[in-house]
This record gives sequence, structure tokens and C-alpha cells, in this order.
Amino acid sequence: MILAGFLQRAIMQGIPLLYGSTGEIITEKSGNLNLGIPGIMYVGGIGGVIGAFLYEQHAGAELNPFLAVMIPLLCSMAGSLLMGLIYSFLTVSLRANQNVTGLALTTFGVGFGNFFGGSLVRLAGSDVPSISLGRTSNYFRTSLPIADRLGWFGQIFLSHSFLAYAAIVIALLTSLILAKTRVGLHLRAVGENPATADAAGISVGKYKYFATCIGSVIAGLGGLYYVMDYANGVWSNDGFGDRGWLAIALVIFAVWRPNLSILGSILFGGLYIVHNYIPGLDVSGQELFKMLPYLVTILFLVAISMRRKREAQPPAHLGLPYFREER
Amino acid sequence: MANTDAPALRLEHITKRFGSVIANDDISMTVQHGQILSVLGENGSGKTTLMNMIAGIYYPDGGKIFVDGKEAVIRSPHDAFQYQIGMIHQHFKLVDLFTATENIILGLEDDGRYSLKKANQRVKEIVSQYGFRLDPEKKVYEMSVSEKQTVEIVKVLYRGADILILDEPTAVLTPQETDRLFAVLRKMRSEGKSIIIITHKLHEVLSLSDQVTVLCKGRYAGTVNTAETDEAQLTEMMVGRKVTLNIERSEPKDTVPRLTVEGLTVRSREGTDLLRNVSFEARSGEILGIAGIAGSGQRELLEAIAGLLRAEGKIVYHDPKTGKEENLRGRDPLEIRELGVRLSFVPEDRLGMGLVGNMDITDNMMLRSYRKGRGFFLERKAPKSLAEKIVSELEVVTPGVSTPVRRLSGGNVQKVLVGREIAAAPTVLMAAYPVRGLDINSSFTIYNLLNQQKERGVAVIFVGEDLDVLLELCDRIMVISSGAVSGIVDARAASKEQIGLLMTKNTASEGGAADGKA
Repeated sequence: MILAGFLQRAIMQGIPLLYGSTGEIITEKSGNLNLGIPGIMYVGGIGGVIGAFLYEQHAGAELNPFLAVMIPLLCSMAGSLLMGLIYSFLTVSLRANQNVTGLALTTFGVGFGNFFGGSLVRLAGSDVPSISLGRTSNYFRTSLPIADRLGWFGQIFLSHSFLAYAAIVIALLTSLILAKTRVGLHLRAVGENPATADAAGISVGKYKYFATCIGSVIAGLGGLYYVMDYANGVWSNDGFGDRGWLAIALVIFAVWRPNLSILGSILFGGLYIVHNYIPGLDVSGQELFKMLPYLVTILFLVAISMRRKREAQPPAHLGLPYFREER
Repeated sequence: MANTDAPALRLEHITKRFGSVIANDDISMTVQHGQILSVLGENGSGKTTLMNMIAGIYYPDGGKIFVDGKEAVIRSPHDAFQYQIGMIHQHFKLVDLFTATENIILGLEDDGRYSLKKANQRVKEIVSQYGFRLDPEKKVYEMSVSEKQTVEIVKVLYRGADILILDEPTAVLTPQETDRLFAVLRKMRSEGKSIIIITHKLHEVLSLSDQVTVLCKGRYAGTVNTAETDEAQLTEMMVGRKVTLNIERSEPKDTVPRLTVEGLTVRSREGTDLLRNVSFEARSGEILGIAGIAGSGQRELLEAIAGLLRAEGKIVYHDPKTGKEENLRGRDPLEIRELGVRLSFVPEDRLGMGLVGNMDITDNMMLRSYRKGRGFFLERKAPKSLAEKIVSELEVVTPGVSTPVRRLSGGNVQKVLVGREIAAAPTVLMAAYPVRGLDINSSFTIYNLLNQQKERGVAVIFVGEDLDVLLELCDRIMVISSGAVSGIVDARAASKEQIGLLMTKNTASEGGAADGKA
């Protein structure tokens, strides 16, 4: 029973990472190394919180279940879309350095989230430094009623909310699109060799914009899931922690394949919380255990670079700007 | 349907500027249906720029393009496909990680449902129709240069192109592969396709094309029927003045061994032999040519001598100053350089290992002298005057010595690189492909530089690809074939056929590598 509980928590822990890594994989396949993902996920989270807060205030005692889900969802998507647009505009249109832009967006996103988080706490007049949106969260956390009746199977696989299943469906769909469709072929070409893609008549800028923005929106949903599902609708500043970076590490671990990233996210999620299941750990021991996902990523990087398989490498043009008329 | 009365492609008064440089100035030309047209011109004469405008990579600043008599606005490669124009670039535009077929269908939108299976089938049909050799499902990174070029050509045919542009297609091919390519091109011509081919090799122009259009310094210099012209006339049109095709070769004087290489073996990281048991001697006052099919180990040989690659065997340097014999193996590149062994290495991308593209000419001189100078700050005066000397003596075309090397054309880059290495008064000068992609005029400047060095008693090692040049420039020619020496011949007595034979000789069986054949 402990194992089932552990796995259930591991999956819940893994879902934000899965969203983040799927979004980042789509982005990286276009050659954009978006290190703004942690900030974008943060904005996705606070966007949902703002939407939910305003709706809860406005609607009073009776919430419409549909609106209670849709408003935070759309607010979250709008926030992360905006972040993706900023990143694309700076790196694709203005050809700014991708690393600098990404890191700046992360700093900005976290600051943005904390600023509005703090403001909302004040508006709510709460006496703890967090804001609770339990009513909205309940709608988000609605799961299949049969889950309780199916024992450990139900607990592990069926107890999750719609956002969790959506994450898996999106990851599988992304894998399918990348491998089996024309759009996927073109996107991969843009990330591998934009000059070639350009010569083949593919609009490099368009693909980069769309991939980055869609990727950002998907990553932002990870932030939303974290607040509404994992944290039961409680927003506290900096509560999201280092999950954004973990999502980027997961991209490497999944060798840029969203379908592998599903399993990887559960593994990372499990490693992230395993310290809770080991008795007698003090605080410093816990921190050591939290390091595990990163350690695994580094070891994995060493392993794949030793195998030197071309297919397991990052997109060849990752992180580089593309100029057409450069001589 | 194509209107056969109108020419397949006509350019009128095309002009293109890059900043203040005019790459193409008021160029007009015509290509008929079922015709092979060669475009000739020196480096920097604007051939590739002009072709890129037809293929939609650049957009002209002025002038018009007509396809089948109708004005065509080509703003992107996609537009070019609409007009059934396909270009095979000098540097292949392929995605390494994709299969041949994936590369071929890349960018195609209006092809019905996406199906790799169907596409593979169609690629196979085209491949067998024209007699190519290509596996549609092979990944590009596993392919040879010739296979990659085949992918490029099939890509264009797959799109049903009627006008094919080939930018120096034979530069990377062996003679046999070139023949096969030409056979394919002739077959396309007989099917009514128009072909534009850019090449530096005059004999190819004469054997393949119907008409030749010559560009000179970005301007149109004229069009002649191939049947009515010869190499001398074409050369004159290209350079604007007559140049002698004969390279002046002096007799080697006072030759003494300068560099003795014995049993040199280099292994790749995968453990295969890149060089196998190579032995030879380079003598002072003589040019030793190295011939071989591209990638036979020429690069590895020079890098091993320069200390850039780990090797087994002996490399003995006979120091003319002290008379001592020094083993170069195991020394670091700096020590080897200090002894006077200079590598002027010019890999395919021209800037390669010798120069830093974003730095100006003076800074590039300092790459060799940054250790000199007294104080904490760099000594800039001497490198600057050296840069100015090279610019004026070798006639480097540049706005000034503070122009980034990247902005210079290929020939001028080469002059800067070779000039710098010569300035250090070397005793051994190694030059790999120093004239690759250069026009005749720049090539001759380089040949003369090498000859001057030879007359000063330098042992020159020249890796070249044009057999005619090797035969005229060098004193002895060493031929390598898949990493082993297949013969060393006297350049004055040897024939092209003899060297060609040595180049393709199977050396694997001699090296005891019986497992070489799968």
C-alpha cells in the first residue's frame, strides 16, 4: 500500500515536469534553447491563480464548474503564451542570445509570479503568506469516481485529474507528430539545419515562433497543474521550487523524445520525493536526496555521450540564431 | 505547359548589393530548353550570388527574371520550386540526421497524404530511372560525398524541376563519379531540362556544356557557344586579360633531406587506420606534391607532422641551422613551429584552422606573434606592418587591414593565410588545397608564392586535387590511396593516367588488412 501511495505521489510530482519537458522538447526541436521554462511555468501557475482568484471573488458562493476550470486554464495559457512570444520575438526576430534571453525570462517570470502572488495574499487579507483557492482546486482535482473501488490499480492509475491525463496525451501526441507527420519532419529539420530547411522552402521563423509559443503554453500548464492539483490550490511564493530546471534536465534524460519523457517524469518525480519514504532522515539528508534527479541526468549524459549515437544528441542547431543572408 | 518558343529562363539587368559591395551589376543572360549552360567566372565574380537569386535564397535589388517568357518574382526557395527551378548548392543543404528520402521530401507541402513509404518508392523509381546509386533509407551522416550529392540531385528531380542549377558539383567528386554525373546531366538535357552549371574546371565546361556565360568582377562578360571557343579565350574573358596557363617550374637546386617520415600510422578514435605505414622524404628546394582522392589521409598526414594528431612511427627533421636531427613526434605543435615547420592548412571551409573569421587581418597576424612583446600589453605595431605588407605585396583586395577576414573572398583569405606562414621564413611549408575554389589568377599567385619558397630552399609539401597542376607545379608527387602510399613518381616524367591509377589502387590488401572487405 505504501508502494501504491509512493507511485501515486511520484506521478503527481512528475506531471509538472512532464508538461515542462514536453514544452521544452517542442521548443528545442525548433533550435530554440528556452531556458526561460522555469519562469514560464511559474507564470503559467500564477496566471491560473489570478484567474481563479478573480473568478472566486466575482462569483461569490456558487461557482460554475465549467467556468471555474476554464477561466484559470485560459489565464494560465495566456500568461505562458505571452512569455513564449517575448522569447520568440527577442531571439528569432531580434536575434538576441538565447541563453541570456531565457535566463532573463526565468528571472522575470519568478519575479512576476512572486509580485502578483504577494499582491493577492494582501488582497485576500490572509494571515499566512499564501493564498488558498480550494474551491477552484476541487474542480481541477475531480477524478474518476471508480478509482476508489479498484484498490492499488485505481490509486496509481485512475486517481488523477484531467490535467494529468492531458499531460500524457499531449506527450504521446507530440511524439507522434514529431515522428510521423510532415509538420514534425519540418520542425526537426529547422532545429537540425535551418539553412537546409530554409532552402527547402520551410519558413524557419514561423516554425520557431509556433514551436516556442506552443511549447511555452504546454510548459505553463505544468505550473497550473502544480498549483491547482499538486498543491491543492494553495499558492505560496517560491513554492514551485526548482521543478522548471528539473523539467529541462528531463529533456536531456528523455533524449528529446516526449514518449520517453512520460516514464522519465515518473522516475524523476519518484526520486524527488523518495526522501519522504526513507525513515530517519534529517533535513540535510533530505536535501542530498533531492539532488538525485540531477545526478541521474549527469550520469545519463555521460552514458549517452560515451555511446555517441547520433540520434541521441540534441538538435544540431540548438541555441544558435539563424541568419539567412549571412555570408 | 512550357512554351518552347520562349527561353526557359531569362535574366534582365539583375543587380545585387551587399552593403557597399556590388556582387552583381546589371547582368542579363538566357538559358534555353534542353540546354546545358556553364557559368564561368573568377572567385568573387558573383556566380553563386546570381544563382542564389534564381533559387530564391537572395532577392535581387534590381532587374527581372523571366521563366518561360513570363516574369517571375522569386522571393523564397519555395517560389523557385513553383517555377520548377532547383538548385544543388556547393555546400550540401542536407539534414544529417535524416534519411535520403526524408531530406528529399523536406519542404514539400502539396504531395497528398504524408507517407514515407510512398516517398521511398518514388525515390527508388527516380534512382533507377537515371542510374544513380542510392539507398533511400540510409541516413545522410553515413553517406559519402558523392551519395550526398546524389540526394541533392534526386531532391530536385523529385520536385519535377525543369531548370537545374549546379554550383561546382564536381569539386568533391572523383573522376569516375564526375563522369557518372555528367552522363546523368546529358540524359536530363535530352529530356528537355535546362541545366546551369558553375565550375572552375575549363575542360569540364568544354566537354559538357552547349553555351558558356562568363562573369567578370560581378559584370556580364559575354556568352559564347562551347563549340566555337577554347580554354584560352574563356580564360581571357574571365580574368579580363590574358594569363599564361604554364606554371614556371625551376629545377630543384641543392636538395638535401629536410623531413624524413618513416612508418607513420594514425588511428581514428574508432580504431581504424587513417594512415598506414607512410614513409617518404621531403627535400629542401623542392615541391613534393601529394595526390589522392579527397579524404584518403592527406589531412591526417599534415596534421601528424605538425603535431596536431597523435601518430606512431618516426618523423625526423633535419635542422639546416644546427645540422642536428630532431624527432618531431611527441613534440607539441608550438615546438614544431619554432623549428620552422609551417602548416598552411586550408580545409574545405577556407577559414578552417588557420584564421579566425571575425578577427581582422592584423589580429590574425598576431595569432602567431602574441607571445612576443615585452610588457603586459600586446605588441601591435609589427603585426600591423606585416599585415600591410601582405596586403600590398600579394594584392589582397580588402578595404583595410582592420577588416574581418570573414568578409574577404576565398582567394584573399588564402593569400592572407599563406602570406603569414611564409613571413615566418619557414624551412618546411605544408599547404593543403591552397587553391581550392580559387580562380585562375589567385591560384597562380599561390603557385608563384610556393615556387619562390622552393627557390629559397624551403621544403614545400603541396596537397592538391587538380592533377594537371600537380604535374606542372611539383617536382615529385606522392600518391596516397586510403591512407597508404601507393607510389612516389617524378612529376616531370609521370602521366595523368599513371597517377589516376595509383590514386585508385587498392592498398588495403598490402597493409595486411585482410579484414578490410566485409
